Amino acid sequence: MNTAPPGLNEVLQRTFSFPKKHFLSATDLNEVEVANLLDLADGFVSLNRQTSKKLDLLKGRTLMNLFFENSTRTQSSFELAGKRLGADVVNMSPRSSSISKGETLIDTAVTLNAMQPDLLVVRHSSSGAASLLSQKVSCSVVNAGDGQHEHPTQALLDALSMRRAFGRIAGLKVAICGDVMHSRVARSNIALLQMLGANVRLVGPPTLIPPAADRWNVEIFHDMRQGIAGCDVVMMLRLQLERMDGVMAPSQREYFRFFGLDREKLACAADHVRVMHPGPMNRGVEIDSDVADDLSVSLIQDQVEMGVAARMAVLTSLAARLENDR
Amino acid sequence: MSGVTAFVNVRLVDPASGYDGPGSVVVAEGVIADVVQAGDPKALAKDVEVIDGRGAMLLPGLVDIRVKTGEPGSETKETLKSAALAAAAGGVTSMVVQPDTHPAVDEPSVVDFILRRARDIELVKVYPAGAATKGAQGERMAEIGLMAEAGCLYITDADRPIVDSKVLRRVLSYAKAFGVLVAHRPADPWLCAGAAASEGEFASRMGLPGAPAIAEKIMLERDLALVELTGARLLVDQLTTADAIESFRRARARGLPVTATTSINHLSFNEIDIGDYRTFCKVEPPLRSEDDRQAVIEAVAAGLIEIVVSAHAPAPAEDKRLPYDEAAPGAVGLQTLLPALLTFHHEGRIPLIDLIRTVTCAPADLLGLPQGRLAKGAPADLVLCDLNAPILIDADKLVSKSKNSPFDGRRLQGKVLRTVVDGRTVFGG
Repeated sequence: MNTAPPGLNEVLQRTFSFPKKHFLSATDLNEVEVANLLDLADGFVSLNRQTSKKLDLLKGRTLMNLFFENSTRTQSSFELAGKRLGADVVNMSPRSSSISKGETLIDTAVTLNAMQPDLLVVRHSSSGAASLLSQKVSCSVVNAGDGQHEHPTQALLDALSMRRAFGRIAGLKVAICGDVMHSRVARSNIALLQMLGANVRLVGPPTLIPPAADRWNVEIFHDMRQGIAGCDVVMMLRLQLERMDGVMAPSQREYFRFFGLDREKLACAADHVRVMHPGPMNRGVEIDSDVADDLSVSLIQDQVEMGVAARMAVLTSLAARLENDR
Repeated sequence: MSGVTAFVNVRLVDPASGYDGPGSVVVAEGVIADVVQAGDPKALAKDVEVIDGRGAMLLPGLVDIRVKTGEPGSETKETLKSAALAAAAGGVTSMVVQPDTHPAVDEPSVVDFILRRARDIELVKVYPAGAATKGAQGERMAEIGLMAEAGCLYITDADRPIVDSKVLRRVLSYAKAFGVLVAHRPADPWLCAGAAASEGEFASRMGLPGAPAIAEKIMLERDLALVELTGARLLVDQLTTADAIESFRRARARGLPVTATTSINHLSFNEIDIGDYRTFCKVEPPLRSEDDRQAVIEAVAAGLIEIVVSAHAPAPAEDKRLPYDEAAPGAVGLQTLLPALLTFHHEGRIPLIDLIRTVTCAPADLLGLPQGRLAKGAPADLVLCDLNAPILIDADKLVSKSKNSPFDGRRLQGKVLRTVVDGRTVFGG
C-alpha cells in the first residue's frame, strides 16, 4: 500500500517512545531525546520528497489543532504532518467557536477532550496556556506557541535546518537578532541550541532584549555588526509594526538602518553564513529582500520544509508513547 | 596676512589646565598653535597680527549648552542668526539649541537643517540637541540613532518633562546603546500645572499660583531611579532647589552617571526679584527662595553642579506685556551670561577659574567637544574680556531679537572686548 524509502524504515526501527506525555517546552528536553527527534525528522524529510508520502503511523488517531491565535503557516504545517501520518485532523479556531462567546479556555478544552482526541496541538496568546491545558485534558498536548514563552517545534525545525546545512550544531555561532523580548521562537531556540552545544548571542536594541537575558549564558549586542561578526547562523526575528513607530523602536527606517539584515551587515558574518527566519517576514524592516531571497545564504524556505518533518517526528514519538500506554 | 594672530599681554584663565595668570596665545589657521604661560611667544614672524590685551582676561569661548531660539517656526522671537549675534556679543562661541521648535528637531533632516543654517551664518558654533520623543510630546521615541549620526549632541524634550516613566525608561536604555546623553527637566507636571511662581510666602502674598519646590525633587528621584535601572547617562536640566540638590548629591555619591546644570537666572535672582510683577523674571523653573538660591550657589562652588547655562529663552514684548500669570516664561541670557557669572568672582564668592570652568571645559567635556580650553591644537575659540569694566544692562540695546532680560537696569562688571571663533573675530576688535 504505502511505500516508505529504505532510509525511513531504518529510522522507524529507531522510533522511540517519547518519555513525556506532552511536548510543551524545549527546556523539558534532553540531548538524547533531541537527537532521536532530529534523526527521525531527517527520515521524514526524505519521505516528504517522495511522490507517495503517506504512512499509517497515526492511523486511527485523532489530532486536534486548537489555534487561539491566527496562524495559517503553523496550523497547515501540523495539519499536513498529521495527515501524512494517517491521522484524522480537526482544525479549531476560536473565532468560529464558542470561545468567542465567552467560554473559558479550560471549558473549551474539557469540551473538546470529551471528544477523545489523542493529540491536541495548541497555540494561544498567553504564556503558560499550553501547560495549563495539559493539566486539564487527558490527551497529549503539543505547544504550538504560548504567548511569549515557547515554540518548541519551531526550535526543533530550526535545529534540523542547521544540522542539515552544517552537519552539526555543537560549536556553531548563532546570532538571534531582533525582537527577542516578545519572541517565543527565541526562547525555545536559546534553550535548545545551548543544550546542543551551540554558542548563542542576542542582537537588538536594549528595548527589545528581555531584562536579565545576560543570565541565560548569552552575549548581548546592541551593535549588529559586532553581534553577527564571524557568525555561522544569523536568525532574524520579526518585529511587529505596532512595536515600531516610537514604542520600542523609533521608526521602520531607523530600525532597518541599525538592526535590519542587509548585504552590508551580512558581510560581517562568516563567509559560509546561513540566514534564517521563522516567518512571516517583514521585508525591509528586519530583513532585506535581497538577502531573504538569496538561496545561497537563506535557509528560510528550507525551514518551512523542515517544519512538516519535525512535527511529524514529534507526533510520531508522542503517539508511540500512547501505544505503549495501552 | 599670514593667518597667524598672537594675543599678548593678557591674563590667561584656562580651567582645563588650571592656569590663571599672565601669558599669551598664538593662533594659526583657526587653531591654537601655542599657549605661553607668563611670557610672550618666541620669534613671531613679521606679518603676524599682534593683539595687545592690555591686561585683559583671555579665556576660552563660552560653551552654552541650553539655548532656545525660534528657528524653525517662531522666527519673530529669535532666529539662529540673531541668537548667534547675541552669543558673539556675550563671548559665547558654542551653543546647543533646544529641539522644541516647529517642526521639532526629532528626525535627521531637521538636525541637518540646523547644522546647515549654522554653517551659512558663519558666526558662532551652533549644535542641535535632538528631541527624545516625536514632537517632544513625551509619548513615542524619536529617531535617536539617526539623529545622533546626523550630529545632535544630546537628546531632550526641553521644557517638557517626560511624564510616562515607561517612555523615559525606554528612551534612556535605547539612547545608552547609541552612547547618546539624555537631558531631562525634573519637574512634576501635576504639581507645577498652572503655576506662575515658586510656592511660598511671596507667591501667596502676590496672589500667584505656585509650584512647590518639592516638585523638582519628586521628579528628580524618579529620574535617578531610572538611571540606576538602565545605567544610562543623564544630564539633569537645571537644579534650582536645595532638596533636589541633596538628592543629586546622594546619587553622585552612589556613583550614578549623572551631571547637573543650573541657569544663570537661578544663581542671580530669587523670587523677591519678581517684585512688582516683573514678567522679565518669569522663568521656568520659577525663581526660588533665597535659601534655595544660596544652596545653588554653594553647589556650584563645590563643583556638585558642574555646568551653568544661560537658558536663553526669547519672548517678544507682546508675550511678556501681559498679566503675570498669562505672560510667557523665559529670559534671554546669551549676552549677559559672562558678566552675570563674574559677579560671583567680584563678590569673592566663587574663584574665577571655577566659575569659568562651568561655562567652558565642563560643558565641552561632557559633550566631547574639543573647544572650551586654551590648549595647543584646540579650536581657537577665545574671548577677550575686561574683567573689571562696569557695564549697565539696557534690555532695549541687547543684540538678540527679543529683549526679555531680568538683568535690565542692572550694573554688572565684565565687558566682552573681542570674541574669536576658529581664529576669526566675530565680535569687537
